[in-house]
Amino acid sequence: MRFMLQINNLHACINGKEILKGINLTVNDGEVHAIMGLNGAGKSTLSNVIVGHPAYEVTEGSITWDGKDLLSLKPEERAHEGIFLSFQQPVEIPGVSMVNFMRAALNAKRKYQGLEPMPAGDFLKLMRQKRSIVELDSKLTSRSVNEGFSGGEKKRNEIFQMAMLEPKLTILDETDSGLDVDALRIVAEGFNKLRRPESSAIVITHYKRLLDYLKPDIVHVLIDGRIVKTAGPELATEIENRGFDWIRNGQ
Amino acid sequence: MNQYIDFYSEVRDTIAARSCAEMNAGREAALQTFSAQGFPSPKAERYRYAKVEADFSPNYGIALTPLGGQLPPYCFRIADAEPRVRVLYNNVADTTDSIVALNTMLCVDTLVVHVPRGVRVEHPIQISNLLKGEQDTMVCRRILIVMDKLAEADVIITERAASQSRFLTNQVVEVVMGSGSHLSLYEIEETHLLCTRYNSVFVQQGRDSHLHHTSLTLFNGHTRNRLDVRLQGEGSEVTANGCVIADKMQRVDNNTLIDHQVPHCQSNELYKYVLDDSAVGAFAGKVLVREGAQKTVSQETNANLCVTRSARMYTQPMLEIYADDVKCSHGSTVGQMDEAALFYMRQRGIDEKEARLLLKAAFITEVIENIPLESLRDRLHVLVDKRLRGELSKCEGCKLCK
Repeated sequence: MRFMLQINNLHACINGKEILKGINLTVNDGEVHAIMGLNGAGKSTLSNVIVGHPAYEVTEGSITWDGKDLLSLKPEERAHEGIFLSFQQPVEIPGVSMVNFMRAALNAKRKYQGLEPMPAGDFLKLMRQKRSIVELDSKLTSRSVNEGFSGGEKKRNEIFQMAMLEPKLTILDETDSGLDVDALRIVAEGFNKLRRPESSAIVITHYKRLLDYLKPDIVHVLIDGRIVKTAGPELATEIENRGFDWIRNGQ
Repeated sequence: MNQYIDFYSEVRDTIAARSCAEMNAGREAALQTFSAQGFPSPKAERYRYAKVEADFSPNYGIALTPLGGQLPPYCFRIADAEPRVRVLYNNVADTTDSIVALNTMLCVDTLVVHVPRGVRVEHPIQISNLLKGEQDTMVCRRILIVMDKLAEADVIITERAASQSRFLTNQVVEVVMGSGSHLSLYEIEETHLLCTRYNSVFVQQGRDSHLHHTSLTLFNGHTRNRLDVRLQGEGSEVTANGCVIADKMQRVDNNTLIDHQVPHCQSNELYKYVLDDSAVGAFAGKVLVREGAQKTVSQETNANLCVTRSARMYTQPMLEIYADDVKCSHGSTVGQMDEAALFYMRQRGIDEKEARLLLKAAFITEVIENIPLESLRDRLHVLVDKRLRGELSKCEGCKLCK
């Protein structure tokens, strides 16, 4: 087993306020980790720091990726290395078509890997093929990025992009928020279909519902910038029944 | 200013000999207007953002050459145009304006585009202007477009520079649109940093006529575009769009007036600017709805993207309404690069430079998408992309300077 992502004693702050206060987390090849916790615990901060959002400053600790110092890489380089974030709130980019956006992203990655840009015909074929996995309408992919998409369509579009880019590590940041049951099923099943045995995931969620589909190997509880409890999938069920208070109170 | 008056006094006879009666008729009055007013100062309402004095002060050689080259279909030298068309010369332009007066004084020839009644011109009429020569040169250019009743045409006017000299263009375009005529008029500037351009366009629209005007400043030095549209026939419509890409020390000023003189007319105006480095942009657009111009529908928008802190945008959308049953709106925005969009793109692997470029192109894509002529739309997407990548080679796709 290989250690893909290793986070050691990670401290990070935004606007001078410390949010992460010593995170330790190791994600091996092929594992699905769930991170649960209350609002404001630092879950989204953790995902943003992993992908290199410029608003967050890492003050202490390290993240290694496949043996490399992840924190020294630019956000786009981290993407090329195979880290993908499914955004909690995907951004609308009026005027940039989904096709141009995906082509730029895919070819940037191919360039990083020393490959030639993908021929236009192959690219459009790939778009069609991957789109069907998340049942994304062709009308949507001919529009501007996320513009005028419903909440559910935006999340499906995230999974579609993941399908196109085939990352090694996918971070799902509250992908379930704002989704109705059917949309949640489509997104989760799409994700499962796309998973390869060696690819891993970090699933950030408040609820067990998404985890029922994704079947995490390990569940962490994040409270006040620290991982305070780590256990198997049964922990999600226990949280669903009892809430977080019992963990916080150290029982 | 005196250099122009002196020059005119010297060459007055030469100009008259090379020109025609219709053009010569207005010269002395133009001289008087110009001598009396001089160049407009920044206090003049419509010149607040231009630096006219400075733009015209260098010592340019002044070109006095009549039109040459093969003229496109429906195009004539003024002397060869129909008399009823020729007399329209200098009847649409604002003759009280000194820049127009200077043009009227010095211009030797006029390119007339005349589309006769009911004729639908299938292919776009392309008027290519190429600035060329080793000397610093001022060019006075005049274009008269006459669309007879129910005529339809696309006219593309391009301004390019083939040599690295300083050029000053003073262009006046007059457009007369007969009832039910349709005109799409495109003006594309792709010059260089040493070029200064004053372009004044005056349009008079008859009943049920449709004008689609697009002004594209892709590369320039200093540019001032003026557009005056007078809606004089009921049911007439105008779409006035523009986009500007400017960086370094480039300056672009668009000054427009849409004059609703009669009821049931529509105007739609959209100007978008992308300003990088220390570029300065200005947009002043007035929509005037005169007394009695009821049921006017008008919308005016100016949206701007300032990429750097040193880029400057002056925007002044104006509405002046003297009728009480109208639907008018106007607005402007000045914004910075969308950081959230930038990060989203980088997370997908698109590097920062490319992401910025895509966002800049996306910002003005709306103006290009509004262009009815598909072939031009596709071409412009390519040109804009090249421009933003700094690969815009001058005279691309133009046979003249190869």
